[in-house]
Amino acid sequence: MLTLEPRRRSSTLLQALTPVLAVLATMVAGGILFAALGKNPVEAIRIIFVDPFFDPFSRSELLVKAAPLALIAIGLSFGFRAGIWNIGAEGQFIIGALCAGATALAFWGTEGTWLLPLMALAGMIGGFLWGMIPALLKIRFGANEILVSLMLVYVAELLLSALVSGPLRDPDGFNFPESRRFHDSATLPIILQNTRAHIGILVALALGPLAYAILHKHVFGYHVKLLGTAPRAAAFAGVNTKLMIAACLGLSGALAGLAGTFEAAGPVGQLVPSLPVGYGFTAIIVAFLGRLDPLGILAASLVMALTYIGGETAQFTLQIPAAAISVFQGMLLFFLLGFEVLTRFRIRRVTRATS
Amino acid sequence: MKTSVAPHAVTLTAIAALVVFALANGLNPVLLTVSITVAATPLLLAALGEMVVEKSGVLNLGVEGMMIIGAIAGFATAVETGSPMIGLIAAAAAGAALSLVFGFLTQVLLSNQVATGLALTLFGLGLAALLGQSYAGLKPPSFPHLDIPLVSDIPVLGPILFAHDLLVYITALILLGTAWFLYRTRAGLILRAVGENHDAAHALGYEVIRIRLAAIAFGGACAGLGGAGLSLVRVPQWTEGMTAGAGWIALAIVVFGSWRPGRVALGAFLFGGVTILQLNLQAANLTALWLLVLGFLLLATHVTVRGLTTGSMHRSMLPLWAATLASAAWALAAPVSIQTQYLSMTPYICTIIVLVVMSADRLKANLNAPASLGRVFFRTG
Amino acid sequence: MSALLSVEGLTKAYPGVLANSDISFEVAPGEVHALLGENGAGKSTLVKTIYGLVTPDEGRMFIDGTLFEPRGPQAARAAGVSMVFQHFSLFEALNVAENIALGMANPPGRQELSQKIRDIANAYGLSVDPDRLVGDLSVGERQRVEIVRCLLQKPRILIMDEPTSVLTPQEVNTLFTTLRKLSAEGVAILYISHKLEEIRALCDRATILRSGRVVGACRPAEKTARQLAEMMIGLELTRPLPRLFTPGDPLLKIRDLTVPASSPFGTTLKSIDLTLHKGEVLGIAGVAGNGQDELMDVLSGETRVKGDAIRLEQREIGALGPNRRRMLGLLAAPEERLGHAAAGDMSLADNAYLTGRKRQRLDYRGFIKKATTENFARAIVSRFDVRTPGVGTLARALSGGNLQKFVIGREIMQRPGVLVVNQPTWGVDAHAAATIRTALRDLAAEGTGVLIISQDLDELMEIADMFAVLESGRLTVPQRTGSLTIEEIGLMMGGSTKGAVQDAHA
Repeated sequence: MLTLEPRRRSSTLLQALTPVLAVLATMVAGGILFAALGKNPVEAIRIIFVDPFFDPFSRSELLVKAAPLALIAIGLSFGFRAGIWNIGAEGQFIIGALCAGATALAFWGTEGTWLLPLMALAGMIGGFLWGMIPALLKIRFGANEILVSLMLVYVAELLLSALVSGPLRDPDGFNFPESRRFHDSATLPIILQNTRAHIGILVALALGPLAYAILHKHVFGYHVKLLGTAPRAAAFAGVNTKLMIAACLGLSGALAGLAGTFEAAGPVGQLVPSLPVGYGFTAIIVAFLGRLDPLGILAASLVMALTYIGGETAQFTLQIPAAAISVFQGMLLFFLLGFEVLTRFRIRRVTRATS
Repeated sequence: MKTSVAPHAVTLTAIAALVVFALANGLNPVLLTVSITVAATPLLLAALGEMVVEKSGVLNLGVEGMMIIGAIAGFATAVETGSPMIGLIAAAAAGAALSLVFGFLTQVLLSNQVATGLALTLFGLGLAALLGQSYAGLKPPSFPHLDIPLVSDIPVLGPILFAHDLLVYITALILLGTAWFLYRTRAGLILRAVGENHDAAHALGYEVIRIRLAAIAFGGACAGLGGAGLSLVRVPQWTEGMTAGAGWIALAIVVFGSWRPGRVALGAFLFGGVTILQLNLQAANLTALWLLVLGFLLLATHVTVRGLTTGSMHRSMLPLWAATLASAAWALAAPVSIQTQYLSMTPYICTIIVLVVMSADRLKANLNAPASLGRVFFRTG
Repeated sequence: MSALLSVEGLTKAYPGVLANSDISFEVAPGEVHALLGENGAGKSTLVKTIYGLVTPDEGRMFIDGTLFEPRGPQAARAAGVSMVFQHFSLFEALNVAENIALGMANPPGRQELSQKIRDIANAYGLSVDPDRLVGDLSVGERQRVEIVRCLLQKPRILIMDEPTSVLTPQEVNTLFTTLRKLSAEGVAILYISHKLEEIRALCDRATILRSGRVVGACRPAEKTARQLAEMMIGLELTRPLPRLFTPGDPLLKIRDLTVPASSPFGTTLKSIDLTLHKGEVLGIAGVAGNGQDELMDVLSGETRVKGDAIRLEQREIGALGPNRRRMLGLLAAPEERLGHAAAGDMSLADNAYLTGRKRQRLDYRGFIKKATTENFARAIVSRFDVRTPGVGTLARALSGGNLQKFVIGREIMQRPGVLVVNQPTWGVDAHAAATIRTALRDLAAEGTGVLIISQDLDELMEIADMFAVLESGRLTVPQRTGSLTIEEIGLMMGGSTKGAVQDAHA
């Protein structure tokens, strides 16, 4: 019989190794899935995980996909470490995009370098406030933040749909439910010629080390970790739990809102009902794949972006359905959580020596 | 044991409001009740299953994932075999199978329950979409409608109680069976004990992990049945992401029902009512202000009843009643129609309101919640 | 005398620890047999093996000469072995009858069970009401529920794991009466304790364990407590010397403090009054669950109260949080080492930062000064002889005694004006306990006011200058420690047992 035995100290090597193991296991399981769908599993895995690196356009697209994932996941990681579960990043992403988009449309045609920062600010405030709804309801009434933040995703989706087919609709758009296209001053500058790689990628890249420092060197990060591993010890240390709930949900909301801003002002360039594509949910997987560590998340966001880009290629070259990629991502999270047992426990064979 | 009457009063008010609404709009309250029953059934199934899981001390947030897997498994099987009954069985089996993945990860590998539940939902949504590719737009074989002879002809009560499809009766049986099991059998007592204090249960020699796995599988089967209720009865059709948060609402209903079968059933009907009401408002092109009126009315009732039972009136009572009357006057005076999206938000906003109201009284919520809920059990020795 | 239970060569190893090594002993029918040993000596593992909760690596057990290999507690109970746990295996939200039914293989129906419970309770003088919620019962009543649950199984061997650690002296006497009656009926009792006088009074024979091995056996009545202690610990104990106490100026004052319970089964603190002086050690005794944790939270600042309810040298501090209080010199060490006083999954250095942050200036503008923090942790480790490979070790990897020395040392090193500790030596080996007690006395000698909440009467008698009892959320007026007999203190502690109180006034 096999039993689990708690480790006396956690193994750093295994901690770094779990995500790699999980990705490998997902490739194997994914291969089996693709084989079951009647596709060549080796080819499918190659198309998803290797080919994007050899195509310049795909390489830049990787960054375009990874940036919002990294931004949202870094925000979520603080709350997840503290045991505050913001599941509604998707909603905060939408509201961020809406606020930034509304700002852009309000100044439609006005030139100026101040507009983008203003939009980013609006997006962050929007996401922050949307995140503060579950925070305040949890602080004041003890309402479960998981359910509240998730319900607000549906509300945000409906709000976006209502607004782009109502007040924010393009007046010259033949009644299509979409806004005007943003003008140049409201569109993110491109950092690589002839690609969609925008300045938001640099923001995400800079955020990684900054968040790392706050998590591991600053008292805020310390309190986040303390609250997550020992809530009573946190109260004893003088951590204000209510403030932490607000800070974690507000922070992740603001970053999701910023990601929404970048998405609207970057690759999409307008407000449309199809703007949210599930980054807010995928970022949960990214956060865990990065082991809730900002630098790990930067790497994890690239891996997850691979499955998107490679998945798209696989869709039109091998006719692998888009849903298979979601299954793939879900499996990755399962394997991650399963393998994590290795970092906390060692597996030992026990034999009964009697008789 | 002291119990608050506030939830009952709020529920009764909601039912009364529903009847008034139906009569005012020339709808048949009986037919309305029937459609609410149909809408409530999937929610009730999923919520009952989750309640049993939580009673055993496990928080499975993957209800949405298990529901949608049940929806497609039931739908696909019913279409392929032509038998909705086999579809139901397949749905329950699929939900249970998926829940056991969660069970293995959380109970054997001791993974975080919140994260694993989320993974279950993300995975379930993806897998259901993958499986359902070729089933979109098909029509499932129709479900056996079971009009119980004689009694179904009784006016009013007949159609409300005795003229439903089979799933409604199955759900009623599961509801009664769950209540009986939890409070009248030894196995139910053991299950509650495990949820209350898993270390003590282990010390007495009960197999905590096995009991929890069984509860998780039951919860998965119920969620799967609930999903099939959506795709085979309520809609009946398969569309990607068709659960649209129903699994999450089921989780909220468990909180609303404070882990008691009867109240969970009330909660499911309340949400079924909100869904139907919202659709009827959309159809009747009525102002959404009426929903605001309803919201204020329920809050005012809650505050008042609590004030009456505790003897001290909350300072928000009078403003709430004033707001109810004012918004009602406004709605009567200005029958403006609004975009349907805002009406579609109501089930979600109601969920939030319900969570807030039920969580506000922390002492009571703590007393009813299983004490070991969500805590990891690690067997030593 | 033929053996009812005999144990031969039991061995059980856990990672890094040999919990039991080649343990053998025998228990005769009707015998009260003591298992004597310090915390960590392996007593609990041994009895859990007998009760079927732990599978031994090696060794055999016999009941009445037949091989006994319980696969679980149910099998053990079927063979006639019952156990009353130290931390009760009860369910607070269920009633007494349901709790008892859960401990039986084939419980009868509700009515019949209630009747049986009453019969057994009457026969052995254990009053319990089958319909009450266990969460509403006192600790003593809960133990009675456990015992009744065992007796309904008609056990032949009854294991009692540290049964008296939560009882008042009067309740202990009642328990002993019950146990003697059982023993007279032929039930063998395996009695685990580290309280020597109890064992001398109750037990026929004793097996003494140290570091997982049997180191001796004796008839306790023939030995002195000191001899037993030396067998148990293996060497002589140093005790702090009594000292003269002259109270200094008042430091900490609590006036008419009432705090409602924050959870369904919590305790309400009712008009607490106390004054702690410079250089005073004030002991607060009481059975667990009478408001100790609540009082601790109020003092540490985890529960905020009205500002003027608590004063520290004239300053109103009731509304201040833990860190503001630390800045003013009020430090605290809660009972629960892992998860409250320290975070098990964090290193010792991180745990030093936990409370030392402000007073030791371990950060600058919120950024943690790593070297300073580690130096502070190292200073604690070396001064209090904390056995650890280094300050990077996780707190949960330390033994209970070492972690407790670290936790108490962490506060003492910060030179507190007032130090509040809850159960400072609970579950700690004798050496660590002696170190901690001496350190607390030394601290008071330097002028700190020390407030000790403890269930261990002996401990309080040994180190406290003043003494008060917390019972059902009420605190008695503190008195000089020497002025009370153990008997009187016991009556104060058991305020809820009406008969005992009446006797006291008679």
